[in-house]
Amino acid sequence: MKELAVNPVPKGEIRGHFDLFDFLARYGTVIALVLLLCFNLAFTRNFATLQTLNVNLTQVCTIVIVAVGMTLVIGTGGIDLSVGSLMAISGALAPMIFMSKIVPIDNIALAVTIAIVVPVLVAGMFGLFNGWLIARFRVQPIVATLVLFIAGRGIAQVITNGNLQVFKVPEFQWIGFGRPFGIPAQVLIMAVVVLLAWWALRRTVFGRDVLAIGGNEKASTLAGIAVGRVKLAVYAISGLCAGLAGLVVIAINSASDANLVGLGMELDAIAAVAVGGTLLSGGKATIIGTLLGALTIQLVRYTLLANGVPDAAALVVKAAIIVGAVWLQQQNRVR
Amino acid sequence: MADDLLLSMQGIDKKFGGIPAVSSASLSIERGEVHALIGQNGAGKSTLIKVLTGYYKRDAGQVLFDGKPFEVTSPQQAQKSGISTIYQEINLVPLRSVTENICLGREQRRMGFLDWTAMHAEAERLLHRFKIDIDVRKPLGRLNTATQQMVAIARAIGFSAKLVIMDEPTSSLDEQEVSVLFGVIRQLKADGVSVVFVSHKLDELYEVCDRVTIMRDGRTVRSANMNEIKKLELVSSMLGRDVSRAEGHATAFAKRDRSKIGEVMFKANGLSAKPSVRDVSVDLRRGEIVGLAGLLGAGRTETARLIFAVDAPDGGEMELQNRPYRPRRPADAINAGLGFCTEDRKIEGIVADMTVAENIMLALLSRVSPHGVFDPAKQHELATNFIAKLGIKCSGPNQKVRELSGGNQQKVLLARWLAMNPKLLILDEPTRGIDVGAKGEIQRLIKSLADEGLGVLMISSELEEIVEGADRIFVLREGTLVAELQGDTATEDAVLAAMAHGTSPRTVEARV
Amino acid sequence: MRKIDFGGLLSTYGVVIALLALIAFGWLRYENFLGMFNIMSVLRYNSMFALVALGMCFVIMTGGIDLSVGTVAALGSVAAAYSSPYGPIAGLAAGVGVGTVVGLINAVMITRMHIMPFIATLASMLAASGTALLLANNRSVPVSYQSGFTDLGQGNFVGLPIPAIIAAIAYILGWVVLNYTATGRGVLAVGGSEESAKLMGLPADRIKALAYIASGGLAGLAGVILAAQFGAGQPIEGVGWELFAIASVVVGGTLLTGGVGSVGSTLAGVLLLGILFTVLNFENGLGWISLSAYWQSVIRGAFLLAVVILQARLVAGETSRT
Repeated sequence: MKELAVNPVPKGEIRGHFDLFDFLARYGTVIALVLLLCFNLAFTRNFATLQTLNVNLTQVCTIVIVAVGMTLVIGTGGIDLSVGSLMAISGALAPMIFMSKIVPIDNIALAVTIAIVVPVLVAGMFGLFNGWLIARFRVQPIVATLVLFIAGRGIAQVITNGNLQVFKVPEFQWIGFGRPFGIPAQVLIMAVVVLLAWWALRRTVFGRDVLAIGGNEKASTLAGIAVGRVKLAVYAISGLCAGLAGLVVIAINSASDANLVGLGMELDAIAAVAVGGTLLSGGKATIIGTLLGALTIQLVRYTLLANGVPDAAALVVKAAIIVGAVWLQQQNRVR
Repeated sequence: MADDLLLSMQGIDKKFGGIPAVSSASLSIERGEVHALIGQNGAGKSTLIKVLTGYYKRDAGQVLFDGKPFEVTSPQQAQKSGISTIYQEINLVPLRSVTENICLGREQRRMGFLDWTAMHAEAERLLHRFKIDIDVRKPLGRLNTATQQMVAIARAIGFSAKLVIMDEPTSSLDEQEVSVLFGVIRQLKADGVSVVFVSHKLDELYEVCDRVTIMRDGRTVRSANMNEIKKLELVSSMLGRDVSRAEGHATAFAKRDRSKIGEVMFKANGLSAKPSVRDVSVDLRRGEIVGLAGLLGAGRTETARLIFAVDAPDGGEMELQNRPYRPRRPADAINAGLGFCTEDRKIEGIVADMTVAENIMLALLSRVSPHGVFDPAKQHELATNFIAKLGIKCSGPNQKVRELSGGNQQKVLLARWLAMNPKLLILDEPTRGIDVGAKGEIQRLIKSLADEGLGVLMISSELEEIVEGADRIFVLREGTLVAELQGDTATEDAVLAAMAHGTSPRTVEARV
Repeated sequence: MRKIDFGGLLSTYGVVIALLALIAFGWLRYENFLGMFNIMSVLRYNSMFALVALGMCFVIMTGGIDLSVGTVAALGSVAAAYSSPYGPIAGLAAGVGVGTVVGLINAVMITRMHIMPFIATLASMLAASGTALLLANNRSVPVSYQSGFTDLGQGNFVGLPIPAIIAAIAYILGWVVLNYTATGRGVLAVGGSEESAKLMGLPADRIKALAYIASGGLAGLAGVILAAQFGAGQPIEGVGWELFAIASVVVGGTLLTGGVGSVGSTLAGVLLLGILFTVLNFENGLGWISLSAYWQSVIRGAFLLAVVILQARLVAGETSRT
């Protein structure tokens, strides 16, 4: 095999030759987004309104928040299947806290604060548990996170006894309905998460380590990077993001149903990451790409629904987009 | 005579991306002979074998097998035609039973269904030929490596092979296991099966092989009867050195001023990780370049990995600047002031998708970033400095390392460690796969680093690089230290001799 | 070369022992636990899961995973419901047919387009669900009660539930294929080491493709039984079936990374997890404590965790020795 390791022709040297796969992998998402916008401007009624923007932004928020954590996990070459279940857990815990089902808390501000902090932390702890399985026992990420993918929703169902928790707590639901500066609060939350992750990837040692591990784990170990600790951190962050997204979902719905919160979110998040141009094999991660990927998927769904295509058909289209995006990334990689 | 010829390969050419890996090579194997195929890493042995087994398509040349032109396109076809290959990494399925591993692909059936009784019997029969008596229903993975090798061979023979190729079969076996394997090889020979035996352990070749073909730089430079060629000749043919050739200066290591070499800064005592490293003791002074020489598989890289705590030793002690040095992971070694440029740049060195700057800063970044936040401007500046200092040819700090040439990738790695301001740098094959110009630059760089007081432990397969570059040379052979050469005693001949048949650490020790 | 010391064999028998212990526990603790009615309903209800788990078992043995089985079963139930007026054979053909087609699509994505199994099957999980909802117009599709189709789910033959008989036949066939055909052994070899299997000359891609196709077909078959048992094609059923199947397979001692597995212990795993549910019901019936059905998936996850850590330790203990 050693003889195979002849220097490959550097990509940059093939100039003048147009590489379709490379081009599509780089700009496909942006092109798709622009095409979708054009299509909608032309054919969808009332598209160019603030209303439409708000609808799409609020619907895409939770996916983006989860997908940001997923981007970091995938950047290390891992995967996190448990995000949907973790959303259900945090979504189940929060109402129990602010509705004083666990311990009575009189002060509503305190109750809401605890109801936000504790569930997110709990989800983070579960994420840490994923990371522990992966870093300590060297379990493959897909297998390790499968455990909570299976058990997590059950845990949420058990603590709520499967009951729908309906509530009306404006202080808490601010994260769903609040509009500081006229911008939906959840969009702000999403923006903060996106900016933090974007900054971390570009400017922190942690972000650099994430990409180095995904790019070449052996070399990273030899360069003294604490591979295990970084892996623990990314799965914990993914858990925190999922926990936060779970709160946003229940705040919008004014209800928490452990059977439904975050259902199928793992695929949506992975899809956003893949469509956004992050390699599923790790070593590259683009938060902006993930944001664009999530927007693209959301806009496809919106376009189909707004033009009378049933939701069920939108599922099939989404599946095709995911497979297509992953395939395209791989084609570009192989070359 | 021609009837005795089982295989004849003539004028074989194989290029990868325009670079020849094998050129006009020839190999002929007689029936029932054990034929050694030797050469340095990258000499073209595996390519030649893979051309033979149809893994690669040859660009030119002729192959006759069993008197007929031989055209196969896959290892499976080759196997059906009677050529079985046993790889160094045993390519069997450890989780499955011995019987399955022997019989997969040519199962025995009764009324359309697998006949386990017959298959177990067949597996036992094949193994009995090698006097191996094991429970063939057990998973293969439960057996020791040697027995797994035997199973691989049994599988090969089960396909009624006429030629069995063994690629470094002994590299992970202990002495007893090796002798069992040799028994098997002799048995094969007695049955009229030919064997191609790839190994770097010269003694083994003399013990079991009839003839030898030596490869160097993609060519087959010599074929001879094993009992007509001396060990020293073998080694010098492999390395392309004439014994007792007049010494010139073939590298950029001009004679160094040795007065600057300081006190002993690193010591390793009785370092072991059996079976590849046994009781190796080396030491290194400030500003000294110490060479670690030996044939492939002699334990050079393995020793370096122990020092850098990539692998855990099972014996021995180390000292750094008179203090005990017990690293548990590479990060500890780095903290103690060590750096390690690995032999395989692509697998263990560079992060190909990252930029030049990011690769240079990989180890340093966490140390110059307060609270884990780094300053891109500073990173840019540091990287630019190193690019200039080491003469790295790239479009700038933001170019992907993947796009650089081998020599420049190596410089990036050197920069990564130099940025750490280390006390001791381990360089494993620092100039392998690098063009001549860049090679000289890197050699000059190593020299100037040593002049500045850095301790360098350099592993190299290039004799001249070791002899001209190193102030002191330790020679390893089959995992043990067989010589320490210095000054006038450190000649190419002496190193060659030690590599070829140095024996115990005591007999050759030159120093008081 | 990795040597694996098989404490793992213990886990193969472990599941059978656990199953027997659970049955003994139920028999001692609850009245009528081993009553005819209870046994029959356990067998009838769990036969669908058993079929899905059988397919999953083959896929996991190749080192892959099939997350689409749940929604494929739903799709199969809808297809079967529509063709139920033409009799049980037509219903079977339709259900198994669509399942096989989805399996084939999975196989193409995985072996030809080289998409990771969990992504490919997550996508087909979505697509199958969407197709089922489209076909059924978002409603459940009533089956014909005249054509004899419902016997597939509700009928008895020689005193045994027909779905259980179908599952039993499938398991016997699966056992024969795994143990007495070259393809079956190939499944394990590919899962154990795909690279080696290829070097041994096995058609690795074809073997993997067959596993996904079988898994799809069996999920479709489970859908047929679902429709027959509940009298309707259920486009939104099947949620979480894949998780039940994976848990059963893994609890049965099949290595999630492939290469080791057994049809028999998969069945034991299905029964263990299925009877656990029944025990929960009986326990709640006693009224001492009240454990909701939701504990099921928590317990499944706990089982999975234990097995995963155990398997990882076996492998890790190994690598540190070499």
